[in-house]
Amino acid sequence: MAVKKSELIVQRLKSIGDGIIDDVDAGRNPSFDIRTRALSNVHFDEQTGIIRLGDEAQKRYYFNVGQAKKFLQTLLIAKQIKVLLEQEQPALSIRQLFYTLKHDIPGANENTFDEQEESDPLIEDVELMTDALREELNLIATPNGVLSGPMVVEDKTGDVLDFTKMGSAGGAVPPIVEDDYFHIKEMNADYILVVEKYAVWNLLNQSKYWKKNNCLLMTGKGQPARAERRLLARFGEEYDIPIYVFTDMDPWGYYIYSVYKYGSINLAFFSEKAACPRARYLGLSVKDVMNFDMPRSSWIKLNDEDFKRIEEISSYPWFQNDYWQKELADLKKFGYKIEQDALVSKSIEFTANNYLPAKIENKDFMD
Amino acid sequence: MTSVPGNEKAPIAMELAKKQKAISVAEFFEKNRHMLGFDSLPRCLITCIKEAVDNSLDACEESSILPDIYIRIRKVDERFLSIVIEDNGPGIQKEVLPRVFGKLLYGSRFHAIRQSRGQQGIGISAAVLYSQLTSGRPVRITSKIDPRLPAYMYELKIDTETNEPRIVSERVDEFFTSRGTRIELEMEAAYVRGKQSVLEYLRNTAIVNPHARITLLDPFGEKTTFERASDILPKQPVEIKPHPRGIELGTLLKMLHGTEYEKLSTFLNGEFAKVGGYTADNICREASVDPSMSPRELAKDVEAAKRLIAAFQKIKVMAPPKDCLSPITEDLLKKGVVQNHKVDFIATASRPVNASRGNPFLVEALIAYGGDIDPEGRIDIVRFANRVPLMYQQGACAITHAIERINWKHYNLEQSKNAKLPSGPIMIMVHIASTNVPFTSESKDAVADVPEFMDEIELAVRQAARDLSRFLSEQRKALDARKKIRIFECYTKEVAMALRDLTGRDPAAIEAKFMDVLNKKYTKFVEAPADSAGAATEPVATAPVAPAAPVKKGGK
Repeated sequence: MAVKKSELIVQRLKSIGDGIIDDVDAGRNPSFDIRTRALSNVHFDEQTGIIRLGDEAQKRYYFNVGQAKKFLQTLLIAKQIKVLLEQEQPALSIRQLFYTLKHDIPGANENTFDEQEESDPLIEDVELMTDALREELNLIATPNGVLSGPMVVEDKTGDVLDFTKMGSAGGAVPPIVEDDYFHIKEMNADYILVVEKYAVWNLLNQSKYWKKNNCLLMTGKGQPARAERRLLARFGEEYDIPIYVFTDMDPWGYYIYSVYKYGSINLAFFSEKAACPRARYLGLSVKDVMNFDMPRSSWIKLNDEDFKRIEEISSYPWFQNDYWQKELADLKKFGYKIEQDALVSKSIEFTANNYLPAKIENKDFMD
Repeated sequence: MTSVPGNEKAPIAMELAKKQKAISVAEFFEKNRHMLGFDSLPRCLITCIKEAVDNSLDACEESSILPDIYIRIRKVDERFLSIVIEDNGPGIQKEVLPRVFGKLLYGSRFHAIRQSRGQQGIGISAAVLYSQLTSGRPVRITSKIDPRLPAYMYELKIDTETNEPRIVSERVDEFFTSRGTRIELEMEAAYVRGKQSVLEYLRNTAIVNPHARITLLDPFGEKTTFERASDILPKQPVEIKPHPRGIELGTLLKMLHGTEYEKLSTFLNGEFAKVGGYTADNICREASVDPSMSPRELAKDVEAAKRLIAAFQKIKVMAPPKDCLSPITEDLLKKGVVQNHKVDFIATASRPVNASRGNPFLVEALIAYGGDIDPEGRIDIVRFANRVPLMYQQGACAITHAIERINWKHYNLEQSKNAKLPSGPIMIMVHIASTNVPFTSESKDAVADVPEFMDEIELAVRQAARDLSRFLSEQRKALDARKKIRIFECYTKEVAMALRDLTGRDPAAIEAKFMDVLNKKYTKFVEAPADSAGAATEPVATAPVAPAAPVKKGGK
């Protein structure tokens, strides 16, 4: 299946090249169609509950002073992906791909690429052009996530990983989590808990929270990379168990939850595979402040940027429901944010022994 | 210092009066030779050659002869040089020759309102004087006025007390065959190279006298010939009457007083250039003076004379006649420069005739850019007055000052902050032609900052600068376009290789296709069309191309 897919991608890349030569043969200005990756071309599909990319596209021309370099760069990335796929090379990181292509253009006194920031968005363009994910293009972004809990996985290397035996560090989320790379042999968890911060995950893992509660404990260390998102999407599709997301009580935390659940604007084309519509928001929520009697000392005043971000996400279509609008309004009214870590101010074990069990037991979460 | 009564001594003024006596002009200049351009040793040489060349050129033009001037400089010893300047001019009549060379302030051009190089009749005799002061030897002058008559040779000195020539020896020279004049003198001087050198002076002289052929044989035996860029003699300037515009009160009063005309209207009509009966009446009405009154009567009424001056400025008088001036003309100026320099662009400008202090003048300017002009350091300002290069005191000259008034950034040139002049490979040439160029001193190094001159110089230079600015912006555009095309060529190689990897097709064929489409259809997207690169160099191509010169023989 995977081999077939890569052959398909190679075929698509070749036809992109042929298309450009056809343009030149016909005396046209050679161009690519690049789908627009911006809020304006993103819509929220309420039926499936994920963010989707629209059809709006722009042409990237070669004979255009402002676009020529980008055109060349896009073409270089496309051809490099094709060459790497054909040679069946191990997956490269997007930084490594940048390095394989960075060289000076003879005579032009400039480099093909100077910064990785130039190549990264073009890789996303190529993903769209080939209708393939980065992982399928044999490219990886460095994942940060770790996991622990009752799950057994057979890795592409043939090693069998038991995530109940990963010690205090936990097991890493690999760059590619597709079934042929990351085959889940056993899954015995009752639910999955995604924690925003590593420090909180670490404390829970140290106290073997996952064992006491028979759950899978995962963190993406802040804003999750593609691998963590894709993995959570797989869990959502493949196992009919609850999925909870636990973040800071601030707009940034809320947004991390929404990325896991609905997808992101920039990678809207990836949402279908990387969104987990079944995920639910466990906390922290403004009403928790009262319910759990959070000490004043743990409150931090919202700053200007926080307020700006609240406004921004309040307007996103996927936050247009009563409870989220209320949550955001409450947060603004409250005027303070609270970090997950702050729960230790009540007691070190408070999160594991009081907060999380109470929330889950009372079904005190938001969709 | 009047005497005090009772003082035994005679009044001091009486003592002082005994010491009062006339100073001979020659004596005066003996003591003040720097005023005539004889200061540093290299400069003494240039001044001497300049005076002789000026005379030769003036004489040739007056006699409608295409000048051919030969200069030879030889080292006598470490301090002394022997100089020979020979021309093919009309020669000088035997009777006046000693005074031409041996008496200061003796000349034919001082009283005429007409453009000429020499004016006061000081130049060559000052060189003679300097030669005799330093070497103690007489100068030798040979002149032949007709091929049928023998040449006559004088050896003469100047008697500094009487300012009269003293003939040391004289004889017929049988060996001097062609018509013309030859001056031989020996003096303490130094031959140098560089910007302020004889060679440079002659080069610039050749530029503004494209009808002259000038040959220099330097002390190292190296011969340089500046060939003619034109075989046409400049039109001989005619003598004219003063123009009313810019005349000064003193001059007017003197003219009113000295005139033979009985009526003011006829005086105005007869003594001034471009004043007809109608204009004269208008001037009188404007000045509220009776046109029929006697000019001598008016001379007594300074207020009325002042009104007359004001009326001169107000009433439109036709521009001064051009025929008293001898402009080089833009075309020949260009030719002269092209013959002596390799440049990328030349712009010229010529102003209409104007008048200052009753003397008509006009300004011509040329700006050359690029080529062999040194892009580093100070830009070249080449100054000319009546076809004579001004070699010294650039900083004190109205030409420099007028150029410094211009903000060169407006003309697409670089000008660093606080710098008065632009930078880059630029040469600015200004020629002032006038019946009386207002020099700052007798050494004729710099033009005085007379407002009328300053304004005209500025206007002329600005006019040429506008053309240069246009050229530079076109050039920049063409350069940008070429650069962009070049970058596209480089990109296209990369694109072709990438497409080879994507499609497996021949990269050379792909590249050729791309370049074909680029050249045929998409050159305009780089803003300036590619062929404007050729058009930008056109100005030089249209400049008349003269045979390469100077022709160098021997040496080096």
